Order: sequence, then structure tokens, then C-alpha cells
Amino acid sequence: MSIIAQFAIGLIFGLGLVLSGMSNPAKVLNFLDVAGISSGSWDPSLACVMVSAVAVTFVGYEWVLKRPRPLFGEKFQLPTRRELDVRIVAGPAIFGVGWGLAGFCPGPALTALGFGSRAAVIFVAAMIAGMLLARWLANRPSPSHIAVPMDQLES
Amino acid sequence: MLNVTTSFTPIASLAGGALIGLSAVLLMALTGRIAGVSGIAARLFPPYEDAELAGRLAFVAGLIAAPVMVLLATGHLPAQTIQADATVLTLAGFLVGFGSVWGNGCTSGHGVCGISRLSIRSVVATITFMATGIATVFVTRHMG
Repeated sequence: MSIIAQFAIGLIFGLGLVLSGMSNPAKVLNFLDVAGISSGSWDPSLACVMVSAVAVTFVGYEWVLKRPRPLFGEKFQLPTRRELDVRIVAGPAIFGVGWGLAGFCPGPALTALGFGSRAAVIFVAAMIAGMLLARWLANRPSPSHIAVPMDQLES
Repeated sequence: MLNVTTSFTPIASLAGGALIGLSAVLLMALTGRIAGVSGIAARLFPPYEDAELAGRLAFVAGLIAAPVMVLLATGHLPAQTIQADATVLTLAGFLVGFGSVWGNGCTSGHGVCGISRLSIRSVVATITFMATGIATVFVTRHMG
């Protein structure tokens, strides 16, 4: 039952990406292209997606987290870290460069596989390679100051 | 390179964003977890830290099934324009994968769920990837 529910939840997420236009990299890149604000080609759609997704999640979390536990789990697994470190800037900085190059982030890229897109296959294969390398580096037994153990609950 | 113009779609994007939020809330209600796609995708591969693999596979299968459902329901797929060539896609995919795991999240885990939890780390992460994303598009489109 939990597995079927998680398929349905992934499906809702994917339908949200398709409906919002975020499965189309051209819309994402036209949002990030702020020079388009003056030339008239800027597409602010991504801001609408973020605002409504955050609003629904904010209200929904308030309601859900008042419950004693999740339906199919022992407890809510919320991130606990609050301190800022190098990685919370370096990781997203690297991520943003890749995002700006192709217009894909992980959700839309996976959803794009369902479009039968060859470009998405290439992107996702490279994305998984990058993820595995980062995980391997982060889980090395003697972490240096740049490779502190990752918080497993944050993402 | 001639860039494809897209039109502002406020209603569809607000509605789609609401579905993404609904999905995040349902995942928390049912499994107690953050709907972070990069974390879910990265943990499809070993080493496994828990016994949630089947659920993660189901979530990703749902993501991939979404456009197929749209095709079956409406008879056509929405526009999807990918202008990057194979080399750029490979580099971009690698950076997105590495950066999202290194920073513990992406547009969904930090941008949607983290900001909704008022996490300072997620706010910093979101501002950072927005800034480097904007800078990258500026360089590739206007400084070439």
C-alpha cells in the first residue's frame, strides 16, 4: 500500500511539473535569463510555481506535523542541522551552473524520461554519475574539512 | 544560438506548483520524509542506508509516468524544447548531480520543502543556485 501511495505521490509531482511547464527546459532558462526583463522575453512562470508550491507545502506541513507520526512510518524525519557551512553554498553553486547550462534539475529531468527524450537520458545518466561521485566523496572514512558527513535527512 | 521564446503561464504554473506542494505534503504525511528529488534519486543506488528503496523507485516511476498519463489522457504531450547538445547535457547533468548531493538538496528539497520549513540552510542554498543559474545563463546567452 505504501508503495502504491508513493507511486501516486510521484505521479502528482510529475503532473505538477508537466502542468506548470517546468518539464520544459526552455521555460526554466527563460526565467533564469534576467536580461529578458528589459527585452521582453523573460518568463516569470517559475516564480509562480515556487510561490504556490511553497504556500501549499507550508500550510500542509503545519497540519501534517501536528500528527503524532506518518501513516506508514515510525516518525517524521526532519533535518535538524541549522548551521551554515561551505558545502551548503558550494553544492548549490555547482548545481546552479548545471541548471543554467541545460535548464534541467533532477525532478524535471526524470519526468522528461517519460517524454521519451534522448536528451533526458543523457542528462540523467550524467546526473547519476555526479551524484554517485559526490556520495562517494562525502562518505569517505576520513573526511577533510571540505567533506564533512552529510545530513541524510535534508533532501 | 536562437533561443526559443516561451509565454508566461501564471494560471497553469500556479496550479502545477500547487500539485508539487500537495505531493510534498502527502509524502510527509505518509512516509514522514522530505520530497527532495535529488535525495530520492541518489538513494536509488548503493550503499543503502535504510529499507526504503522500493518506495523511492515507486516515486521515481510516478515522475516518469506523468507525461505518459498526460499523453494517454489528452492525446498529445506539452511542449518540451531542449537546446543543449550532448556535450552540454553531459556536463550539466554531472554538475546538477554532484552539486545537489554535495549541497544536500535541489529545487525540491531546498527550494520547496526547505523554504516551507523556514530552514536557513535551504534559503541560503536556494539563493545560491538561483544566483549561479542566472549567472550561467547570462554568460552563455549574452557573453558568447
